[in-house]
Amino acid sequence: MPQPGRIALRAPHADGAGVARTLYDKLWDAHVVAKEADGQALIYIDRMLIHEVSSPQAFAGLAARGLTPHRRAAHLAVADHAVPTRARATIADPQARAQVALLADNCARSGIEYLALDDPRQGIVHVIGPEQGFTLPGITLVCGDSHSATHGAFGALAFGIGTSEIECVLAAQVLRQRKARTMRVTIEGALSPDVTAKDVILTLIGQIGASGAVGYAIEYAGGAVRAMSMEARMTLCNMTIEAGARIGLVAPDATTFAYLAGRARAPDPLPVAQWSTLPSDAGALFDREITLDAAAIAPMVTWGTSPDAVIPVTGTVPAAADPAQLAYMGLQPGQPLAGLAVDQVFIGSCTNGRIEDLRAAARIARGRRVAPGVGAIVVPGSGQVRRQAEAEGLDTVFIAAGFAWREAGCSLCVAMNDDRLEPGQRCASTSNRNFEGRQGIGARTHLMSPAMAAAAAITGAITDIRDWQVGQGANGPAPQGANGHAPQGPNRQGPA
Amino acid sequence: MEAFTRLTALAAPLPQPNIDTDIILPARFLLITEKAGLGRYAFYERRTNGGFVLDQPRYAGARILVAGDNFGCGSSREHAPWALHDLGIRCIIAPGFGEIFRANALRNGMLPVTLPLAGWQMVLAAAERAEQVTVDLAAQTVALAGGTTIAFTLAPDERDALLGGLDEIDVIRARYTAAIAAFEAGQRETSPWLWDKD
Ligand code: SF4
Repeated sequence: MPQPGRIALRAPHADGAGVARTLYDKLWDAHVVAKEADGQALIYIDRMLIHEVSSPQAFAGLAARGLTPHRRAAHLAVADHAVPTRARATIADPQARAQVALLADNCARSGIEYLALDDPRQGIVHVIGPEQGFTLPGITLVCGDSHSATHGAFGALAFGIGTSEIECVLAAQVLRQRKARTMRVTIEGALSPDVTAKDVILTLIGQIGASGAVGYAIEYAGGAVRAMSMEARMTLCNMTIEAGARIGLVAPDATTFAYLAGRARAPDPLPVAQWSTLPSDAGALFDREITLDAAAIAPMVTWGTSPDAVIPVTGTVPAAADPAQLAYMGLQPGQPLAGLAVDQVFIGSCTNGRIEDLRAAARIARGRRVAPGVGAIVVPGSGQVRRQAEAEGLDTVFIAAGFAWREAGCSLCVAMNDDRLEPGQRCASTSNRNFEGRQGIGARTHLMSPAMAAAAAITGAITDIRDWQVGQGANGPAPQGANGHAPQGPNRQGPA
Repeated sequence: MEAFTRLTALAAPLPQPNIDTDIILPARFLLITEKAGLGRYAFYERRTNGGFVLDQPRYAGARILVAGDNFGCGSSREHAPWALHDLGIRCIIAPGFGEIFRANALRNGMLPVTLPLAGWQMVLAAAERAEQVTVDLAAQTVALAGGTTIAFTLAPDERDALLGGLDEIDVIRARYTAAIAAFEAGQRETSPWLWDKD
């Protein structure tokens, strides 16, 4: 299989002083409890986030062994996947209700802190961890969830694990792991306006493929990454798993420290001197190097059922596209994506449900109306994001435009609650997976950035955000949908 | 954990690449809080459409799955290997696996065999002919009915754990309790900010 990008072979070196190390090497070395043969080691786990879906069998297994958690204070639990995003005084679905209740029970019995549904801090695990200062530079953090790479944005060694491993962490606070190879993805230069971290990561996945980074820990570097907010860095790291790598990292810097200062669980004062030793040493060698030119990245949209089936919004479905994916998606080779009508729009998830994402979407929605016949929902990533958005009046903007404004949770990212699409419905989504059935049986998902998804809601079709004159405010010209799609915009009226 | 040593069984072909864990076990069945009995929901959408390979009479009783590249990518749900296990699958042969799925399979006594393309294609052809395949973990070979033997490798610790049916948590607690305590004592000194809530 051809591997794009430059290849640099790591020089053989002994562990020890004087050897230039990567951020990943430093995090790994600092957590080795015991070395085993073949690069395998027992790694100490500092923090674990727990949610309702992947944990019940781990708690049951622990109890069957007659054990209690080794270190209660290392864990934080919250329900996010199965929770309703509308009325949530009670959960209507009995299975979901039982699952959430079981998490609360397991936590109460184990002495693990649990953020209940009515707790203002409730939200998606990968949103609340950073928000609470539970996620910190220099630590190891795991969660029974593949998007745990999100926390690598802080310079934490964070990765998703299975339920057996959750049980292992509960029992002993360690995991047996094999050291990953390292890949540095350098994003040189500056992103164009309206191009986001989502477009960067989709570009990378498109280039190296859905299994292109299996076995690697990716470090994101370069000017475009340094310029990113923490929210953007989290979006970038979040979808690392969609390229096959469990770990995505960004070196901590002043942006990281400013984000963490004053957070509920962050140390006070922050151990900035210690954290400042974490970035990769100059001259550290990576097993693989890839460089992307930020200025060349366009807003990206997926066309298929794997996140690597992705093209710039101005592109056309590849001539050689996999027929099975095309059939599922109801598309033809050579068909342009711009102008393709959508039925639903989802703004949210652990990829794009943070405050900056909602601001970007609201900027598009302000003073405009969701196209008739399109269902559009905004699901904040956490209660805290929701309240911040309300303080900024974003909820009013969305509601006035015809978007539904919901409570925090995973929602239409995974369709485990009552937010589900019908077979054949096409959705512009800010989430991370366009897998078959992910948003409901037979649902067709197109991944894109929040502003792009908001634009799709307004025009009723996939739209190049760069066609919008957003800088001119709410009265700017309406976008012209591609392919003769009817022009739609601020003056278009229609039912919500 | 259930040990895996040697298995002679019918192999079923599922060569499409990137079969993610949402396909293996759709998310709505993750509301189930038990491990047992998930097999009936495995590949649910594909099976309701009829003709799914594991439902075809000629593949009844298949215990080996010959899968496409990047099998088990996506979500970390261990429900995916639990569901396959419940269907009777004990070995999956593919050009590559999603990393978390692979780790989860190993922890449930299932053998993920990674084969280079040429070898994989031979096994796939055997599966398409609905032949018996023998997977021998100690010898690290896949033997086909026609007499072809294809070698694979597994890391020694992974092989030992499967061969012995070793429970990882038992092993860690027996071997490393003191090392963990020593690590923790050291970290309290170097990074006290990680211990202020304990
Ligand atoms: S928002 Fe989606 S990807 Fe993120 S944790 Fe929830 S279900 Fe998983």
